[in-house]
Amino acid sequence: MTPAAAASVSGASVVARGWGWRHAGRRGWAVNGLDLRIEPGERVLLLGASGAGKSTLLHALAGVLGGDEEGEQRGQLLVNGAEPTAARGQAGLLLQDPDSQVILARVGDDVAFGCENLGVPREEIWRRVSDALDMVGLNLPLSHPTSSLSGGQKQRLALAGVLAMRPGLLLLDEPTANLDPGGVLDVRDSVARVLENSAATFIVIEHRVAVWQNLVNRVIVLDAAGGVLADGHPDDVLTRQGERLAAAGVWVPGRGNGLTASRRETSSASAPGSVPLLRTPGLAVARTRVGVLARDIDLTVHAGTALAVTGPNGAGKSTLMLTLAGLLKPAGGAVLASPEFAGGADEEPIRWKSRQLLTRIGTVFQSPEHQFVAATVRAELAVGPRALKRPEANINARVDEVLQRLRLDHLAEANPFTLSGGEKRRLSVGTVLATQPRLLMLDEPTFGQDLRTWREIVALLDELLREGTAVVAVSHDTDFVVALADREYHLTGRAGRSVTPRAAVSR
Amino acid sequence: MSVLTPARGTQAIFRINPVAKLAAALLLAGVLILTIDWVSAVVALACEFVLFFWAGLSLKAFAVRTLPVWIAAPTAGVTTLLYGQAAGAVYWSFGLVNVTEGSLELAIATTLRILAIGLPSVVLFVTVDPTDLADGLGQVVKLPARFVLGGLAGLRLVGLFLEDWRSLELARRARGIADRGVLRRLLSQAFALLVLSIRRGSKLATAMEARGFGAPVRRTWARPSSFRGREVALVGIGLAVALLSVSVSVATGSWNFVLT
Repeated sequence: MTPAAAASVSGASVVARGWGWRHAGRRGWAVNGLDLRIEPGERVLLLGASGAGKSTLLHALAGVLGGDEEGEQRGQLLVNGAEPTAARGQAGLLLQDPDSQVILARVGDDVAFGCENLGVPREEIWRRVSDALDMVGLNLPLSHPTSSLSGGQKQRLALAGVLAMRPGLLLLDEPTANLDPGGVLDVRDSVARVLENSAATFIVIEHRVAVWQNLVNRVIVLDAAGGVLADGHPDDVLTRQGERLAAAGVWVPGRGNGLTASRRETSSASAPGSVPLLRTPGLAVARTRVGVLARDIDLTVHAGTALAVTGPNGAGKSTLMLTLAGLLKPAGGAVLASPEFAGGADEEPIRWKSRQLLTRIGTVFQSPEHQFVAATVRAELAVGPRALKRPEANINARVDEVLQRLRLDHLAEANPFTLSGGEKRRLSVGTVLATQPRLLMLDEPTFGQDLRTWREIVALLDELLREGTAVVAVSHDTDFVVALADREYHLTGRAGRSVTPRAAVSR
Repeated sequence: MSVLTPARGTQAIFRINPVAKLAAALLLAGVLILTIDWVSAVVALACEFVLFFWAGLSLKAFAVRTLPVWIAAPTAGVTTLLYGQAAGAVYWSFGLVNVTEGSLELAIATTLRILAIGLPSVVLFVTVDPTDLADGLGQVVKLPARFVLGGLAGLRLVGLFLEDWRSLELARRARGIADRGVLRRLLSQAFALLVLSIRRGSKLATAMEARGFGAPVRRTWARPSSFRGREVALVGIGLAVALLSVSVSVATGSWNFVLT
């Protein structure tokens, strides 16, 4: 968008009067008793504990909450004085998941999609497409395939698609939660450039406040009990409500993550000489038969220590983890279990039976949904112990223990797929803990989590490490690596090197 | 080269509206399916093999893409040979298997027919870009945009399903339940994939709605899709091949209408 073109868009106003929304089939209201007025051109950061209804509000403003069969509305919600559903295209919404927002196969077509739906004339569409792509800094040919974009590029593409519609109200729902640090900055900078040249009203949801703090002039905190908890200038709200916000899971800048010191400084369990579990002489990893992602990996995993695997997207971190976990075949070299760890099973974990993995290596996948196999939380946790043919009483006791430890006891009969993001993450860790493996593999365990879940995960892993469990975690999250890791293995392109987690801070 | 990615090139065939390719393929198939005789199929195949030189495919690409047809055609032929309607001299008989003069003739006709219908369909569709086809179906055939674009967007999810399937497989091994029966495991995995696909589908629907999909205004199309001389010519060629094969078949007295 050229500055002149952008200026022709005037910001939309938002008014809520006693507004509430209840999803079909739910007892509680997702949002209730909301009174709010946002003036045209204001830049708002929307905060609140998970479950406070932030996403619901944004979806409603974009007019995509659905009709009466999707839920029940009370009160009034107006964009520029009209019902949001009556004015499609007035509000542009950017969602969290990069994969589910790519609609068409080519970059240009994808950006044009929104304009087509709004009936913009053809010549005007292509003008807007190139303006929007310039604006977000995506300098790719219009025919570039969308499937080959990185997560950050996909989000910028979706943002361009939204901008091309020239919305008076720009809505961002955790647009960077699924991105690596580089992607987060790219998207943030793109949005900053857009805001510089636009009069549009802007609302963003994000629990990592630092990312957006300097781009907004108002912070609104939704109360999980209904209504607004705090509202005002960012500095005022963050100073006055900081503690309360942090308790509600918001990452408030300058407050840290609530941990007093990193694990390595407080524990001595990681002293050298502890029991080695796995070693990887000359390991090479690959996802497919061709295309080795990384080679010459020589690692040793010791009991009671945490190893963080870091590196840019596509360097093969997840592939390395899955190979260590005995799930993928090494493309070269080997993964070897110490005789003591193998405990009678084969030396190579890839040859272990699925059941033999349970008490040895537990793997937590990046997407919890991939590993859910049962209809209730309780049954989900019992899957592992049952596969080991443990006695029924034994299984129940263990499941109860894990339910309590992960604060999931009140959800025991719920369907795993209906849980919130944080609850799903805790459950996926719980399914693994149920069989008490000696080595824990985690792929991005803190991705997109709020501060509260983050702290719980770190505390839980810390406890397990002290009990002698070994942890291997793939992570982009520097805070997490510093808090927990004894060693960091940094994968770069073809090979990797070991660094101490301290080095990660200065990088 | 994946099944879903269209072949690319600069020849004329790549610029022809996919709707014309669809029409030509349907026309040819529609006519050839009316009769079971080897003459019409041979005439059609002969014409097609000449036309394939302009199809924009290398010999290797042609071989790879049409491989399924080359496998399907003789398979159907052999089945017809063994179990087809018996008539005339019996060459070989074993239980239900009856190889006769009639079934041999039928088998040859069936094999040639599948090739005559299958090969041009594959060749025409290999050069079709799904986006262009959707544009054509929306603008030339005037099918409802909701239907056409919904299908097009859904197609993109297929790649994600393949990744999901792989992850589900690994996750089941990690959860300790990969040792049990293959059938049971595949069923539960297929169900899990279904659940995931529905979730992905509804997320995609929300993203599309957020971009004004289904807005109560008349939609415009960013890419023009026209039906002009080139397109008419391609459909004409399809029609000519169909008519020629029917004429030769009738003239030689081998026309064998399927419904009689």
